Amino acid sequence: MKVTSNFALPALAALVLGALYMSEVVVRPKVIEDRVVVTYWEKWTSIEYDAIKAVVDEFNSSQDEIYVDLLSVSGIHNKTLMATAAGVPPDVAGLFGPNVAQYVHDRAVIPLDGFCEEAGIERDDYIHIYWDICEFEGKVYALPATPASTALHWNRAMFARAGLDPDRPPRTIKELDAYTAVLTTFREDGGIDESGFMHKEPGWWNWGWGYVFGGELWDGESKITCDSPENVRAFEWVLAHAEKYGTTKLQNFQSGFGKFASPQNAFMSEKVAMVLQGGWMGNFIEQFNPELDWAAAAFPYPEDRPDLAGRTFADLDILVIPRGAKHPKEAFEFIKFVQSQEGMELLCMGQKKHSPLAESSEKFYSEHPNPYIRLFTEMPKSDSVVSPPKIAIWPEYAAELVNAFDEIFVNKVEPKVALGTVKRRMQPALDRYLRQKKLREEAER
Amino acid sequence: MKTRAAEARAGYIFAMPWIIGFSIFLAYPIFASIYFSFTEYSVLKPAVWTGGENYSTLVSDEVFWKTLWNTLFFAVFFVPVATVVALGLALLLNTKVRFLAIYRTIFFVPSLVPVVSLVILWIWLFNGEYGLINTILGWVGVEGPNWLGDPKWSKPAIIFMSTWGVGNAMIIYLAGLQEVPQSLYDAADIDGANAWKKTINVTIPLISPVIMFNVIMSIIGSLQIFTQPYIMSETGSPARSIYFYSMYLFDNAFKFHKMGYASAMAWIMFIIIFGLTLLAIKASNKYVHYEGG
Repeated sequence: MKVTSNFALPALAALVLGALYMSEVVVRPKVIEDRVVVTYWEKWTSIEYDAIKAVVDEFNSSQDEIYVDLLSVSGIHNKTLMATAAGVPPDVAGLFGPNVAQYVHDRAVIPLDGFCEEAGIERDDYIHIYWDICEFEGKVYALPATPASTALHWNRAMFARAGLDPDRPPRTIKELDAYTAVLTTFREDGGIDESGFMHKEPGWWNWGWGYVFGGELWDGESKITCDSPENVRAFEWVLAHAEKYGTTKLQNFQSGFGKFASPQNAFMSEKVAMVLQGGWMGNFIEQFNPELDWAAAAFPYPEDRPDLAGRTFADLDILVIPRGAKHPKEAFEFIKFVQSQEGMELLCMGQKKHSPLAESSEKFYSEHPNPYIRLFTEMPKSDSVVSPPKIAIWPEYAAELVNAFDEIFVNKVEPKVALGTVKRRMQPALDRYLRQKKLREEAER
Repeated sequence: MKTRAAEARAGYIFAMPWIIGFSIFLAYPIFASIYFSFTEYSVLKPAVWTGGENYSTLVSDEVFWKTLWNTLFFAVFFVPVATVVALGLALLLNTKVRFLAIYRTIFFVPSLVPVVSLVILWIWLFNGEYGLINTILGWVGVEGPNWLGDPKWSKPAIIFMSTWGVGNAMIIYLAGLQEVPQSLYDAADIDGANAWKKTINVTIPLISPVIMFNVIMSIIGSLQIFTQPYIMSETGSPARSIYFYSMYLFDNAFKFHKMGYASAMAWIMFIIIFGLTLLAIKASNKYVHYEGG
């Protein structure tokens, strides 16, 4: 027994030390001689990853002082938060636009104003909405990666088959409803065979239909406004659609659709004739159904609100420097490179999106594969552009609105009641958030 | 004495990696979460003591009650169904028929399928338009519901799907059944007992500790259900009908950055599970028979 224990201790010690060494080897940051290594976590995979990789490679070969080490990370917003809390964040993280307020509130990212000033980067360099998404309470906490704006995509061939002019998309909500009625066909058993338009396809903006009718979700200060008449009107439109075509029929029909990025996508497989989609859609059409005869135009507006023509949802992938990053200065050098026309157009062309910069080169437009790239670039420049409210409780608020949509669409709850419930839940959350903000500001003073 | 001391030392040294790992990665977070449950905490900012506010907010939080209701509904139906199915399969697979090993393998295999694959498979089986389940129902003239789209059917669908994974419990029952002495069955035969009487009066009492173990594990597992509904719908859609307690807890912690609130939820769930387990043990005193006890 004595022999065993005498042997066990050194063996165990060797095992533990070996395991510690191996674990250190596995996670050891890359060392490039004479260069500062900037770790960069990005959410993208597939062709979107290839596009940012090309930008990173271009940056790495453009100078010999900084080396950007790119890593594709799933669930990036959670992992960045946890890594920041643990004191080992990446130097650059590629997050989502609506993360800004929440991450600033939680002090997870650092302001970039000083860096921007030094580099001469300012609001007018960008389409304003994209700069504004990066700003919070007067400070810049992020800079754009790739942007997105939305438009109505329609299937010209399905229009023609239904006897509609393939070059004349619906301009008002009333026309959209009328077109939907013409384009929706039923099978013998009563099930839907083809649909004109469905709010739930793809359903990514179910929180935001109120904006189409001129509604706002927040008054910019202290009030949740999701139950405003415009928002209620929007959800009444959703309810009318569900009642006209039948929730069960619509759900059964939708359950036959494949994943978004697949040939079984409802729009690409010609099951739904009109969808609200972002500028990236052309990219996927080219990949999964290049023969599709499609076009894009601004989403329809309510017939009595022509001032809302050209409504588009703006979204943005952003680059931030997490608090506690080891090399913030070098990290910003890379971000600055991405903001250059060369870097940005390389990235946005690679992902087949439009550029967030105020000006794009003619080469970018002429070589861009999306025939509607100018539409997607111009729409976010107008006053009709909207983006989610910049409040830290937005993720929770969005979840409540999505649930309200479900309650209306599935359970046929009156829109006023469903939106009233959202307000009842979210107003105290906003009050609490504003209270904390005030306390923090007082403490900082 | 010296040898015993040396043995003890060696024992502690060998146990040390676990003790250190447990203390750092489990014990500390567990105790820290008690403190955090009384604070406003978003991980990056220092926690601010708020007393019982998280708990009092939970009481008036309708989503908390909704998710608790969904979870209890699931547990109330899943635990008995899973117990009966697993025990029934184990009893069938304990009989002496040909190709027994093959049957046992077939019934155990679904438990080995990764849960993500299993759920995706079931999403297709439950498909309202093209799903196999509704197709089969159609053959007998029944129009199947939209299982995962209709709030009335989404929870039963998850209960139904979850019984697919009873293989582990079935194996434990099977092991218990193998331990029942043949002599007791022989004695029952002499007394003229039929198969049903033997099951009720011999088999069930003798494997009652195994049943209790499985029931308790099943209660704990079903109250913590997360992966299957999360893959089916991250938001618990339709209309939060499959939004379970652990999903709301996860969202509060990692989507809404309300770690304090999530910690309070975790402790409430711990108390519920602890209470139900104690209740199960107490209630079982009368029905569980231990050998020699």
